[in-house]
Amino acid sequence: MSVLKVENVTKRFGGLIALNNVSFVVNKNEILGIIGPNGAGKTTLFNVISGIYPPEEGKIIFDGKEITGLPPFKVARLGIARTFQVVKPLSELTVRENVMVGACFGKENMDLESAERIAEETLKFVKLDHKADMLAGKLNVPEKKRLELARALASKPKLLLLDEVLAGLNPVEVSEMLEIIERIRKSGVTILMIEHLMHAIMNVSDRIIVLDYGVKIAEGKPEEVANDPKVIEAYLGDPNLVLKLGRGESGASG
Amino acid sequence: MRKPGISVIWIILLILVVGIIPALTGNIILRETVFLILLYIALASSLNIILGYTGYVSFGHIVFYGIGGYTAFVLIDSFGTNIILAMIAGGVVAALVAYALGQAILKLRGAYFAIATIGVNEAVKALVENLEQIGGSEGIFLNVNVYKAYGGAENALWLSYYLMLLLTIAVILTSWYVKNSKFGLGLMAIREDEDAAIVAGVNTKTYKCLAYALSAFFPGMIGAIFFFKNGNIEPVNAFNLTLSIEMIFMVMLGGFGMVSGPFIGAVVYERVRGILLMSEMFKDLHMAISGVLLLLVILFMPRGIMGYVKDKVTWIGRYLE
Repeated sequence: MSVLKVENVTKRFGGLIALNNVSFVVNKNEILGIIGPNGAGKTTLFNVISGIYPPEEGKIIFDGKEITGLPPFKVARLGIARTFQVVKPLSELTVRENVMVGACFGKENMDLESAERIAEETLKFVKLDHKADMLAGKLNVPEKKRLELARALASKPKLLLLDEVLAGLNPVEVSEMLEIIERIRKSGVTILMIEHLMHAIMNVSDRIIVLDYGVKIAEGKPEEVANDPKVIEAYLGDPNLVLKLGRGESGASG
Repeated sequence: MRKPGISVIWIILLILVVGIIPALTGNIILRETVFLILLYIALASSLNIILGYTGYVSFGHIVFYGIGGYTAFVLIDSFGTNIILAMIAGGVVAALVAYALGQAILKLRGAYFAIATIGVNEAVKALVENLEQIGGSEGIFLNVNVYKAYGGAENALWLSYYLMLLLTIAVILTSWYVKNSKFGLGLMAIREDEDAAIVAGVNTKTYKCLAYALSAFFPGMIGAIFFFKNGNIEPVNAFNLTLSIEMIFMVMLGGFGMVSGPFIGAVVYERVRGILLMSEMFKDLHMAISGVLLLLVILFMPRGIMGYVKDKVTWIGRYLE
């Protein structure tokens, strides 16, 4: 059963085609990874799904309902939550209030009291509960990443879009974050994630799609995608990475 | 809905105590001073809703004071409307204008919005100056007979004073409720990061417009009372950009985004202004000295007096909001 269907979506910025006739399906309760070189259109794809940019062509269907062109707050209320590649903490609000924003205005549309309860639970889940009363601006980068995730989760989304939540984390923090992501999936949330950290996304994803210059060039199980000649070609600027991809080891694209 | 805590009750009590003294003593000079302080507190606290909570610098906010003032004045002058009704009408018209205006100019961010609001104030001022039906640039004078309905001019002055006292308490309570509501949380999310807020599900456009309308509603009513009490309204006084700047000054001085900030800012500013205006040496320089004061506050206490106190004296933090 599909949660999200992206059908022939094209997004242009002037003469630049950021997304070119992209189609794919996200199935219920799977983790679908999106990879591709820099500038491939991954974040644009997230922006189109979450309503920040309307696409020029194509349709986006969420939970059987067309959401193409809806404003971002309506998309959020239907049950799509996202994180940003460059974290956007609400710096002058406390960590708890940050998470309450997600709970209050997301899918559940809670009142403040319930939101506060959900915020406590969610902060425990991402292991930030001991910093609930701190101002969000005072957190360090890994904590800000977890906060960003908590704010998205508190809205009880059906679909979670994760934009490079592992970037900038050290290996220990990466494995902590991967564990959190697995737990989110177990709680019944479908996840669509962009990631540059190859070994991580290869391990955690059920399926992967590959974007290059706005075009979907491959789709399939992680090992199929890693061995796809088109994918290797897309990454060929870095031969070492190709080798690593083949062996399924760690490595990050440039 | 949460119940008002100690953090707002002390402000209300202080306003009530100080507000009742002129009534008990019948001291008219004191009444005028307190009236001005109340007017400043109410204006600054209203502005704080859009400036402090939502993060949009409404530079020409005084336009709503003028619109409310003119609305009420015309109603009283032409139709003999009761001041209380006229005051509410002034507030409602100001709020409606702000809501409609917000649809257009709240798309602008940062300095662009601030400049647009100055433009709006100047445009409305120019419009009123050219509308002969409402007195043009010379304005309107109330017929003294209008005050007879309230038991004479002296009673009308006292009535205005009590209305201002009530209104100030209403503004402080509203400010507190907004800050402690879901609506307020949405506004503060917009202030911190509008893109994050909209993706989290905040209907940013409607929220901003509602905040703008609410922050215009009270100045509209305040303008109505002020000009009713004044007996005369003219564009130069109704759309006076200096008062607009003073409002921002008070919010920044006291601490923006806090309930107690504009309150303290308004009281301190009124006192400083009073002392400077009285002094032989500084009476022409009060804006210059106030400017230097604001500069110092922004440099050394960027979160204003109350923000500074809250950061430095932790035990008091619970009582400040």
